[in-house]
Amino acid sequence: MVEKGTFKVKSGLAEMLKGGVIMDVVNAKQARIAEDAGAVAVMALEKVPADIRQEGGVARMADPQKIKEIMDEVSIPVMAKARIGHFVEAEILESLGVDYVDESEVLTPADEENHIDKWKLDVPVVCGARSLDEAARRIGEGAAMIRTKGEAGTGNVVEAVRHMRRINSQIRELVNTPDEELMSFAKELRAPRDILRVIAEEGQLPVVNFAAGGIATPADAALMMKLGADGVFVGSGIFKSQEPEPRGRAIVDAVTYYDDPETLAEISEDLGEPMVGINMEDMTDEDYIQTR
Amino acid sequence: MKVGILALQGDFREHEAVFAAMGVETEYVRRPEELEKVDGLVIPGGESTAISKLLKKWGLFSPLQRRARDGFPVFGTCAGMILMAVEVSNTVPTLELMDISVDRNAYGRQIESFEGELSINGTDSPLSDEAVTGVFIRAPQVSEVRDGVEVLATHEGLPVLLRQDNLLAATFHPELTDNRGIHRYFIDQLVGS
Repeated sequence: MVEKGTFKVKSGLAEMLKGGVIMDVVNAKQARIAEDAGAVAVMALEKVPADIRQEGGVARMADPQKIKEIMDEVSIPVMAKARIGHFVEAEILESLGVDYVDESEVLTPADEENHIDKWKLDVPVVCGARSLDEAARRIGEGAAMIRTKGEAGTGNVVEAVRHMRRINSQIRELVNTPDEELMSFAKELRAPRDILRVIAEEGQLPVVNFAAGGIATPADAALMMKLGADGVFVGSGIFKSQEPEPRGRAIVDAVTYYDDPETLAEISEDLGEPMVGINMEDMTDEDYIQTR
Repeated sequence: MKVGILALQGDFREHEAVFAAMGVETEYVRRPEELEKVDGLVIPGGESTAISKLLKKWGLFSPLQRRARDGFPVFGTCAGMILMAVEVSNTVPTLELMDISVDRNAYGRQIESFEGELSINGTDSPLSDEAVTGVFIRAPQVSEVRDGVEVLATHEGLPVLLRQDNLLAATFHPELTDNRGIHRYFIDQLVGS
């Protein structure tokens, strides 16, 4: 007997991506560069977050034609983004044979109340989170992988650091919460109690947790690994830099050798200019993507 | 005895957890000199393209190939198996250790990933006393098994667990299930001998 679409095989693919880098690409040529640089997967999208930020307007799922071109080009898994709550975009991506769907705040949300019911899909879904309660709600909805939201398209790692640290400190608090207080803890956090119980027992999320949103250098990637990320997503950081190929390879190396500063120094040499980046003080409330 | 786990990319922590539960000492291998200190090596699941590039770039490829050809025990799962095969359906440079041909992602994309029960070959197999479920994720298929390679288990008629002397390879992920039989087999039959 054969069972497909089980939570085990959905979360299992994320396990295989650990210690790796998932790169945003907008066409087959970039996908080829990403695979050659050692990416474990590519994220197919219409525009990288830095351009979405700059150009404004409604950001939607990428053109299926473009996604198919990227799938034909590379042998590694291909992910693609659907709008928050837009389960039809997710179903379309599933029908294309995309390996992972990212229910992403980088696109304009389609539903302000509800996320996609991810249990109904056979394709696994990754969701962003800024806190433990957000992660637990997404896992409760069937997310098979979590990533920090960070602040996409800024080239500034500060928000990803904030989110990873917050998740870690909330897990520590949860682990020290007595069983009889778990219900009120769950109520206070607005998070599903069953998921919190699992996290309390394991001392970690029950799914893989990657870092995303603002990673632009090998040192950024290594920092996120040191803070406990299982791997990293790099969006604008590679193809908005001066020399994408060496930078892509360097970030791949940094995720493997994150614990070794001498090697990181060697890896970080002579990569050309990183993406310019945005300081958070220069942003208004409306500029923030993570609050979606 | 200490088992090395290649920790360049992939689910190396899951392999470590299985060995820890068995009381087997392990060490991560990311450097050529770390390879010298272990009595066997696990190549985990992951992306074979990424692991292959890291092996070459960081100087592990040739030393590992040399040692494995000299009888050093190696156990690969999924991507690990691909990297051990002498022939692969696309351009991933492999260590060319086990005399098999492998098709990458032969079942199809992620949507075709599955869990399924394995058939263990031979009633005297050390694996036969437990029902084993295999977790197959974008799994490869073995298209050709040449002389000297023993098929230990199959799924729907296809070889999924194979041994050739000091080499053990699975197309699936025993590290993702509670069953420790295959890791036990690696320790008892390949590393211990």
